[in-house]
Amino acid sequence: MKVSPFLKSLFLFSSFLLILLINFSLSFAQEDLSHSWFNLHRINMLVFLIFFFAVIIIFIERAKVGKSLFIRRIAGLDAIEEAVGRATEMGKPVLYISGIEDVDNIQTVASMIILGNVAKMVASYETPLYVPICMPFVVPIAEERVKEGYASAGKPDAYNRDNVRYISSEQFAYAAGVNGIMMREKPAANLMFGSFYAESLLIAETGLSTGAIQVAGTANIHQLPFFVVACDYTIIGEELFATSAYLSKEPKLLGSLKGSDLTKAIIMVILALGAILDTLGITHFASWFYIE
Amino acid sequence: MRREVPVVICFLAGLSFILEYFIPHQNVRPIFENFRQWAIIVITFAYVLGISNIVRVNYHVIQKKGRDWFYKMVLVLGLFFMIIVGLFFGGIGEGTVFFWIYNNAYSPLQSTMFALLAFFIASAAFRAFRVRTFQASLLAITAILVMLGRVPVGENVWKSFPDLVEWIMNVPQLAGKRAIMIGAALGAISTALKILVGLERTYLGGE
Repeated sequence: MKVSPFLKSLFLFSSFLLILLINFSLSFAQEDLSHSWFNLHRINMLVFLIFFFAVIIIFIERAKVGKSLFIRRIAGLDAIEEAVGRATEMGKPVLYISGIEDVDNIQTVASMIILGNVAKMVASYETPLYVPICMPFVVPIAEERVKEGYASAGKPDAYNRDNVRYISSEQFAYAAGVNGIMMREKPAANLMFGSFYAESLLIAETGLSTGAIQVAGTANIHQLPFFVVACDYTIIGEELFATSAYLSKEPKLLGSLKGSDLTKAIIMVILALGAILDTLGITHFASWFYIE
Repeated sequence: MRREVPVVICFLAGLSFILEYFIPHQNVRPIFENFRQWAIIVITFAYVLGISNIVRVNYHVIQKKGRDWFYKMVLVLGLFFMIIVGLFFGGIGEGTVFFWIYNNAYSPLQSTMFALLAFFIASAAFRAFRVRTFQASLLAITAILVMLGRVPVGENVWKSFPDLVEWIMNVPQLAGKRAIMIGAALGAISTALKILVGLERTYLGGE
């Protein structure tokens, strides 16, 4: 990647700032935090956030002026259209499951963003879409996203409000409700995006037994193996948050994706450096990154 | 205005939670606590939306005597029965009718669902450990080693089995897990930033 002089200067300046501020914070010992207006022990986190936000904003600006940004192919996201197409050919519905967390979980927000794109796709194929919901606060958002998807596809009349259903806020009651829908309606495609816990395997295995094509995505690490085993495609961790940019191809969103990729690369370098220095007995570098 | 006001509210609420992390002063803690209380109140009201959704979706089917209308009637009656019991028969605390029904009807059903997981794990593990490719073989061998190291017989076979398992869990396993965690955390922060500054507005609808 060709890096502009401006970007290079920003990186060097941010690194300098990071080192300076961390050393500054460590020179103070804050005993009583209840009378302090800033927790100096967390200054490294603040510097990281400022740096991260700056990188993302720079990449968004680059994208806005028309710089082409490459984004690798994500098989799981390409498979969504394949799954919807298959459901249409079979004349069966599509089931979209948004996880069991409320909207205060960022994964649920990401799931709602994907739901809009799925609804648009489903509407254009004129295939029914069922959306069982676990948390009541998600219901109006899901309704709005599905309605908007149908409107964007030019088929607002095909939208059925009753297909977005609140099931239960209780984890296993929700799983039982979703499994019931799978067994009764026999959807040809099950799309699961969001935050899942122990119910993930119950749902995914039931979906597998009905013969549906399954695409799942979550950032909850402990549930990923279950999805990998029971689903045809699995979107892992960060890919869930890249979905919005990937599906919309909007420059602003692609820019933010590139920004987080660069930050990830920097973190990898810092991790490697920290591991080497710690192995050599130089522990001061790693101590800059401790968070209290 | 329909789009700007929610974005501004979202920005201010998000900013307050970021500031809360960095400002420990006793004079501002109650403000952040208030924000938290407001969030709980708003979320509580959302249950009204949930109940109205259940009633609407099921009422249509019951009225038309559609498929499974009887079960839907049981669902709606059960919902209101529990609300009435909770409101008018001593509340929901320990020793109340509500508590008894919850413990003797709902909890066993929940345990049953949870217990099913054991069978699903067995069938999923059977598929995962079928040795067909190099990666699947690696997975199967690692799984067998970990299983052996976690049971007493493993230590009898080879006394260093538990140490080997600890190494597998703490080095290669943890490295992979942390890589996914870091990626996911950055993705989450990036998404949160896009929402905070109003770049990502699709979740609001009405685009």
